[in-house]
Amino acid sequence: MDTVLLSRIQFAMTIGFHFLFPPVSIGLAWLLVIIESFGFKRKEEVYVRLGKFFGKILALTFSVGVATGIVMEFQFGTNWAEYSKFVGDIFGAPLAAEGVFAFFLESTFLGLYLFGRDKVSKGVHLFSIWMVTIGATISAFWIIVAGSWMQTPAGYVIKNGRAELTNFWDAVFNPSTVIRFLHTIDAALIAGAFMVAGVSAYLILKNKETELAKRSMKIAVYFGLIVSLLELFPFGHESGREVAKYQPAKFAAIQGLYTSQTGAPLAVFAIPVMPPPELKAKIEIPGLLSWLAFGDFNAKVQGINDFPSNDLPPLFITFVSYHNMVVLGMLFILLMMIATYLLRKNKLWDTKILLKMFVWAIPLPVIACELGWISAEVGRQPWIVYNVMRTSDAISRNVPAGDILFSIILFAFIYLLIGYLYLYLLVKEIKHGPEPALVKEVLS
Amino acid sequence: MDLNTIWFLLIGILIMGYAVLDGFDLGVGVLYLFTKDETAKRVYLNSIGPVWDGNEVWLLTGGGALFAAFPIVYATVFSGFYIPFMLLLAALIFRAVSFEFRGKVSSPGWKKLWDYLFGIGSLLPSILFGIAIGNIISGLPIDISGNYVGNFLDLLNPYSILVGLVSLSFFAMHGSIYLMMKSEGLVKEKVLPYVNRLWMAFVLLYALTTFFTFFEAPFQFNGLLNNPLFWMLFVLLLVSIVLIPVFVKANKFFKAIIFSSLTIISMIGLTALSLFPRLVPSNIDLDFSLTIYNASSSKTSMTAMLYIALIGMPIVIAYTIFVYRVFKGKVVITKESY
Ligand code: HEM
Repeated sequence: MDTVLLSRIQFAMTIGFHFLFPPVSIGLAWLLVIIESFGFKRKEEVYVRLGKFFGKILALTFSVGVATGIVMEFQFGTNWAEYSKFVGDIFGAPLAAEGVFAFFLESTFLGLYLFGRDKVSKGVHLFSIWMVTIGATISAFWIIVAGSWMQTPAGYVIKNGRAELTNFWDAVFNPSTVIRFLHTIDAALIAGAFMVAGVSAYLILKNKETELAKRSMKIAVYFGLIVSLLELFPFGHESGREVAKYQPAKFAAIQGLYTSQTGAPLAVFAIPVMPPPELKAKIEIPGLLSWLAFGDFNAKVQGINDFPSNDLPPLFITFVSYHNMVVLGMLFILLMMIATYLLRKNKLWDTKILLKMFVWAIPLPVIACELGWISAEVGRQPWIVYNVMRTSDAISRNVPAGDILFSIILFAFIYLLIGYLYLYLLVKEIKHGPEPALVKEVLS
Repeated sequence: MDLNTIWFLLIGILIMGYAVLDGFDLGVGVLYLFTKDETAKRVYLNSIGPVWDGNEVWLLTGGGALFAAFPIVYATVFSGFYIPFMLLLAALIFRAVSFEFRGKVSSPGWKKLWDYLFGIGSLLPSILFGIAIGNIISGLPIDISGNYVGNFLDLLNPYSILVGLVSLSFFAMHGSIYLMMKSEGLVKEKVLPYVNRLWMAFVLLYALTTFFTFFEAPFQFNGLLNNPLFWMLFVLLLVSIVLIPVFVKANKFFKAIIFSSLTIISMIGLTALSLFPRLVPSNIDLDFSLTIYNASSSKTSMTAMLYIALIGMPIVIAYTIFVYRVFKGKVVITKESY
């Protein structure tokens, strides 16, 4: 097998697996900020117990996120040496900034949050979860800076056979950074909301610690409604407009627009068939795509036929992943709206079927994240840096295919094992539920 | 001092920070392999539980900073060390999750599995750290266009393995001193004999390595002996090494760990000094070496990064000290412990 393909398989696998965890950690951390803040203000024992309980889930998720993230820090060098040499002048800085401004903060204060409850004042303890959360969010920011630069490079020139930085802030705030950050962070908040809602729903269904679980369910539902709505508008919508403006070939691919047209329709549902690229069984809304992309029902949208075939991303996978992300986004809004309505009517606790749905919905935001991400990254192909460097030119030339195959097998084995154990321990932790209220913990 | 030199220094400082901080928790992990008693194991784990993750960030940040300041080195060395790197990553993954995983199931088989993964996940990085440094000191097969042209087995040469044993014995000693500080009673009594034995092993191995370096990489000594900085670091190293057992004997473990930290700092300082201005000497032809000039980023990039480091690192150091102080004192096992 050729090394380009192997390198890509390894990257997709390692990063795809890693990306299952940070959205949950970040979202959960923000919810813990809310929970702990209530606890700090109201001085009620329930919030402390909730904090400890969800803190355990955070710790578990965080540790797998950290473990799999280590690989990412070094993999550009091991497997993408040509890429690293070509973009190191620009791409290295956000990675280093992530370490300096984010990794230290989140990991140092996580230790304090988890083990320091009885060692520091309540204020310092609340401060520690704030720092964990801010650290995790800043970490997302810097890695998204790096990713966005690959999508919409800015602030550089090609000099001495490589991309050299000319303006740091232009590179950091390249055209897609801000919207990508907001869309991705909001996705993480959705993941956190559904984690807390699902776990709480489970406890309520099992009649376990219901008083506690109802509190966290309430927080998660109100919070979840807001963030789910925001994900569609403005963040999802603006992401689409950004892609339409800067990456028209990707836009055509994810929307399934195969011929350029004015008054382009939005494909709400379709089954793409290749080749020739064609949408079967489609349901369309005329003119809507033109309006969404450019604010004008008659605007012209470029289709796949406008681009040279060797500059096109894979069509099937981008279309399918993008559309499923959107469908899930709609589902999240729907679920949260119904839950909010029932909560206001005081009927949520008896609507067993909805509570059950919330339990099963726990993994869905994570799946939506993966899908969104696949459409963004696969949609960037065949470029590793959009319109600047091709993925096939970016690998490490001196690493033999056999070595990469070895590492793929190694990581596949490790990740299957760890993924399985994570799920097993997560379920165990949830089933165990919050620790019973103690009279007062006595420390030796 | 030019930007390239400043970044050479900063990367050196990150490596020192990593060796001092993650050094002791890797060492605790190595010693963990040799204890059978469950109470002792939990004291070991919880002595580093709240801090190990922050310590490892020094490695991650070092990697990121190397990428940003000297991308050619990052690309060449990491792709050249492909297989050892993958093994290192595998070890670090298992080590990172074992803290959380181990205590979550009470079956003895499960505990045993994670005991091994944690121990080996600490042992392997401790040796590989030295092996990597050994290879850098003796030079790598770098060709005229700056590409690595060796293979996996070249990396496992006797000299580098010797340096690997130096780092292993040092980290284990460093970790044993840390444990003396954090434990009490029976657990502590059992650690004490390790401290002195490891100190002796380390001193012996380090002396041996220095001796072989004369033959393996004589170019490292060119002009070194005329450099006053060399003599300062050398004296610091000798004094620190001697003071470790003195303070251990006096039951002053905090002071002992300060001097074992100074030991590794001066060792890395000496290595850096002899390398400078090279980052990776080529053993095909010294002129092919990767240096702080031919492997660096542009001025603009290094300047931006310098601001990041100058703003960020003092804050990092401040809160790291704060959190260490919160957790100072002996380990107490509670419900929240691992
Ligand atoms: C509700 C309607 C939604 C719309 C219209 C939408 C739109 C988009 C668009 C256009 C992209 C591509 C950005 C690019 O290629 O640069 C994208 C990416 C993404 N979406 Fe969505 N999205 C929606 C919902 C969601 C939901 C519910 C989630 C997860 C909970 C999500 C997570 C993501 C992620 C993680 C990415 C990848 C970001 C990146 O790294 O580039 N999206 N979305």
